[in-house]
Amino acid sequence: MKKRHLLFLALAGLLALAGCGTSQSSGEAITAVGSSALQPLVEAAAEQYQTDHVGVFINVQGGGTGTGLSQIQQGAVEIGNSDLFAEEKAGINAKKLVDHRVAVVGITPIANKAVGVKNLTVVQLRRLFTGEITNWKQVGGKDLPVVVVNRAQGSGTRATFERWVLGDRQPMPAQEQDSTGMVRSIVASTPGAVSYVAFSYVDSSVRALALSGVKPTDQNVTTNDWPIWSYEHMYTKGQPHGLTKQFLAYIQSAKTQQRLVSKMGYIPITAMKVTRDAKGNVIDKQGEKSNGSN
Amino acid sequence: MDPIKAAMLKRSRSAKLEQRGKLISLFCISLIVIVVAAIFFFVASRGLATFFDNKVNLWSFLSKSVWSPAVNDAHGNPQVGALPMIVGSFGVTFLSAVVATPFAVGAAIFMTEISPKMGKKILQPVIELLVGIPSVVYGFIGLSVVVPAIRHVFGGTGFGILAGTFVLFVMILPTVTSMTVDALNAVPRYYREASLALGGTRWQTISRVVLRAAMPGILTGVVFGMARAFGEALAVQMVIGNAALLPHNLISPASTLTSVLTSGIGNTVMGSLENNALWSLALLLLLMSLAFNLVIRWIGKKGEMKR
Amino acid sequence: MNAKQKDRLATGVLYTIAVLIVLILASLLGYILVQGLPHVSWHFLTSPAKAFEAGGGIGIQLFNSFYLLLLAMLISVPISLGAGIYLAEYAKANRLTDIIRTAIEILSSLPSVVVGLFGFLVFVLQFHFGFSILSGALALTMFNLPLLTRNIEDSLRQVDFAQREAGLALGLSRWETVIHVVIPEALPGIITGMILGAGRVFGEAAALIYTAGQSAPALDFTDWNPLNIASPLNIFRPAETLAVHIWKINSEGIQPDAAAVSAGASAVLILAVLLFNVLARFLGQRLYKKMTAE
Repeated sequence: MKKRHLLFLALAGLLALAGCGTSQSSGEAITAVGSSALQPLVEAAAEQYQTDHVGVFINVQGGGTGTGLSQIQQGAVEIGNSDLFAEEKAGINAKKLVDHRVAVVGITPIANKAVGVKNLTVVQLRRLFTGEITNWKQVGGKDLPVVVVNRAQGSGTRATFERWVLGDRQPMPAQEQDSTGMVRSIVASTPGAVSYVAFSYVDSSVRALALSGVKPTDQNVTTNDWPIWSYEHMYTKGQPHGLTKQFLAYIQSAKTQQRLVSKMGYIPITAMKVTRDAKGNVIDKQGEKSNGSN
Repeated sequence: MDPIKAAMLKRSRSAKLEQRGKLISLFCISLIVIVVAAIFFFVASRGLATFFDNKVNLWSFLSKSVWSPAVNDAHGNPQVGALPMIVGSFGVTFLSAVVATPFAVGAAIFMTEISPKMGKKILQPVIELLVGIPSVVYGFIGLSVVVPAIRHVFGGTGFGILAGTFVLFVMILPTVTSMTVDALNAVPRYYREASLALGGTRWQTISRVVLRAAMPGILTGVVFGMARAFGEALAVQMVIGNAALLPHNLISPASTLTSVLTSGIGNTVMGSLENNALWSLALLLLLMSLAFNLVIRWIGKKGEMKR
Repeated sequence: MNAKQKDRLATGVLYTIAVLIVLILASLLGYILVQGLPHVSWHFLTSPAKAFEAGGGIGIQLFNSFYLLLLAMLISVPISLGAGIYLAEYAKANRLTDIIRTAIEILSSLPSVVVGLFGFLVFVLQFHFGFSILSGALALTMFNLPLLTRNIEDSLRQVDFAQREAGLALGLSRWETVIHVVIPEALPGIITGMILGAGRVFGEAAALIYTAGQSAPALDFTDWNPLNIASPLNIFRPAETLAVHIWKINSEGIQPDAAAVSAGASAVLILAVLLFNVLARFLGQRLYKKMTAE
């Protein structure tokens, strides 16, 4: 029994030590929580930042856009990562939050390679997801039933896709997956499957579909010729200061944007030739304003 | 007072230790109860908000089949119909329990009655190892082996209740088996000896005496398995297809309470209707496991009286 | 069919079932190992993970898994031991005990994501433990408690009542009888329960995503001072475990070799569980021999 007492003591000691340890040893620490699509980028940037600046600690966690926005709204964390404008999310008071756009993500429809279709119009794509088209031969493909795979309700990718493809139409109830990797492997292995993923997840196992001849490329996103894209946001509650401010500036700096952001498959903010606001209005960077669809 | 009397009246070290021991164990059990109460309160307070704050009708929550909390229907009411998930959860749970129980009971009998040596040496480690395989891995094997196999044999997409049943069957097998083993081991030896002495064969002894005596314990094991199946999220989510639709058959995509809960919870904002509706699903999950437990308690009591 | 034939038939069926179960496990193991082992190397086991390049390892995740398991067990075993003793030895057969038992059973059937979110709101935010090993260990404890308590209670109950009577007759108090007579006798059962619990803890992902976090900051394995944030022993650092890593790679991984890393990590996870099983069994037997007169 003695041994167990000793173990308890050791554990208690460890707890006590670590308890005072956190307050002193970490010079400065911040936490960023939220979007799992943005997590890899922030993580990589944090890693680089920490090698350049000794003694700071940036803790990056996923958990989803909803978690990121609710935690930043409550002030529980320093940065909330989101795939969506805070204005688009129910239950969030966007006025208290400050938006920092750090990257752009293009989203493309993908299909199983055996469907025999490479190009669709937006209307055809919309009808696939609303359930009006049930067989690939209706859009010039093989005689295969359409299997729609959606992302989970509330996911940022799904919200973006539905906003720019479905407009105000409702998608038909279908399979839902809560992660991009699952969506891709299901589309790759299920005949007739169609779904949508961010550009960086497209690989040889699935086929990315062009829309009315426009290919899903970074170039087409920067000019808004490919309309299905969204910003990646890092929200702070009020104006950032201290380490939070420096880290955000680091991510938004031209150097990080050009090297890290594009290397990881995101589109740098600096490369965009247009901007888009929360309502969907597209503004050419030259100042000419064109009307956003929907 | 003379020292002898004092020593007699003073509580002995042993008695103090006894008191302390009892206190420690009481403390531990109350800690668990407090944790459960806290979780229950936490889930209930959020889950009930759907009905009290967002004014969703309880009956339509249970009986409607459209799950789309972010969108209002023609009357302006949010569409939170949990019926597809309820059906899906019950479907996979019961089916996997139905498949797993014979296997588990058979394996347990093998381990306790037929060949305890081989049971201990081979089967027990095997079963413990099955517990150790993480649900993520089960899910991926399900996705890369079970789903294509079902697609090949039955057609369709392969996703659905059948695939979920297969995966859950393997996952709850260890739970049910090890609890059945415990139940069988708890049957006193003289029960078996009495039966054998009366000229019963081994199988007669097992089926008419041992199994009957262990029945409440076995049922508890089955319920524990079902509870695990009910609460399992990751693996089922990967193979069931996750479509909030009423399943037409065993191979059409369906969904469970946990799969919708797990996939949606990170994407919703605390306190919003979408989030509350998901917590209502969690509350439903809790209440169902409570109901299961009560049923089993009842069966257990009946079994005891008969014995 | 007479009783003898029935007996033989039943025996045959039981053997078949036993063989089938072993076959299921063998094929599962075979599948995982064949897919994963080719990717496992010393480098893979020791190097840190890469966020978006090929060639990442799982060294830190592996360490985190074991450390987290150790901590979770350190917290949950004493509590469930106490609770198990109470239920087996002291609890009266009344309504209150019934309620306690039901409460434990309900705790064991909670979906892990609910426990995870509860842990997130209580440990991470309320208690300010942050995304840390401690939060993770506490969340895992909540999982482990019902399973272990039940198991310990059952093991204690299985000890023959004569043993208790002997202890009491020797003038030991009830508590002393339990500690010195009943527990040593019940030890093999308790150890089995701990192995089962450990297996569940080792493979748990959903509860840890929100508590121990999904990032594994670089560790300095020369620094064993639990105060330092880079020390492996620090319990306030975020710690991605192997199971969480597999989940993350499969869901949002953008490494070109994500499938290989995930297969390799799964194989390592299984091997670790296997190793752990063997070790625990060996230690349990040694302990049993030491504590009883055998």
